Amino acid sequence: MKLLKQFLLIMLVTCTGEIIRYVVPLPIPASIYGLVLMFILLYTGVIKLDQVKTAAQFLIEIMPVMFIPAAVALMDSWSALQPILIPALVTIIVCNIVVMVVTGKTAEFIIKKDRKGEKA
Amino acid sequence: MNEFFASSTTIGVVLSLLFYYFGIFLKNKFKSSLINPLLISIALTLVFLLVFKIDYASYNNSGKYLSYLLTPATVSLAIPLYMEIERMKKNIKAILISIFVGSITSMTVILIMAFLFRFDHATYITFLPKSITTAIGMSISQELGGIVPITVAAIIVTGIFGNISAEGVLKIAKIEDPVAKGLAIGTSAHAIGTSKAMEIGEVEGAMSSLSIVTAGIITVVLANVWAMFL
Repeated sequence: MKLLKQFLLIMLVTCTGEIIRYVVPLPIPASIYGLVLMFILLYTGVIKLDQVKTAAQFLIEIMPVMFIPAAVALMDSWSALQPILIPALVTIIVCNIVVMVVTGKTAEFIIKKDRKGEKA
Repeated sequence: MNEFFASSTTIGVVLSLLFYYFGIFLKNKFKSSLINPLLISIALTLVFLLVFKIDYASYNNSGKYLSYLLTPATVSLAIPLYMEIERMKKNIKAILISIFVGSITSMTVILIMAFLFRFDHATYITFLPKSITTAIGMSISQELGGIVPITVAAIIVTGIFGNISAEGVLKIAKIEDPVAKGLAIGTSAHAIGTSKAMEIGEVEGAMSSLSIVTAGIITVVLANVWAMFL
């Protein structure tokens, strides 16, 4: 019954996220409310790690395949995308690389600075 | 074939899992990080549907059950995040500042590209939320007057590109700290990137998950400001 309880808890928190989404008029998806709520429940000890861990690990491990249908849906939006394909691809690729490098470098800079501060 | 796909509740799931598994097999066989199972599975599914003349709607009659799992899977990201709570507390300053800087950088690069390619306002808005998670990005695009299906496509392509390129880009840029790596992946390539961060390591995965939430919320607020620039 261990996995049943784990799956129940994850679905219960997910459903609560949907309820919050339904009530609060903000453009934030149910999954984000659920993630934050699950984190709070773990942090406050209402849910113990062992009570959700195995089922969560399963879902996270198979997560990449969950994006396949959304990506395959590109075949339906192809006609809308085609006229701006090159600018769109250039924008996406340039933006992606710049953001990844800038975010990573900023984080690394602050982490290293803080570590030096600790030693001093 | 199309009729069978339209009636089946499992074939889309089986094909996706099978093609992804084949991608993992190739990756292990050739021991190359250039082989990306996600990209291989998407490409093979597309080819399969085109060759056998199967509509997306028919495929999605079963494929939608994979998409269905995305919400509980995203909620589950709280678990690895909680397991790294000490690291999160210790690096809170670096986390918040870098995600904030990353989110602003994303929108600014889109603005520059929009000027460069002479995008109109609607096209600019369409791309503005492309680095964040689909559901938030869709709402921003809709609210500010973008073209929602193209926003979704841009978000997905961003995620896939981030997933494929992350290891290479981080290596070339010499970003080695696991916290910084996770933040970089999550801020630039949301949940699809995060699934790669999870493969790289627990710390990377946790920090990437945190970035999805934080970058999403920062972008909701700031997209309203950036929308006024063009």
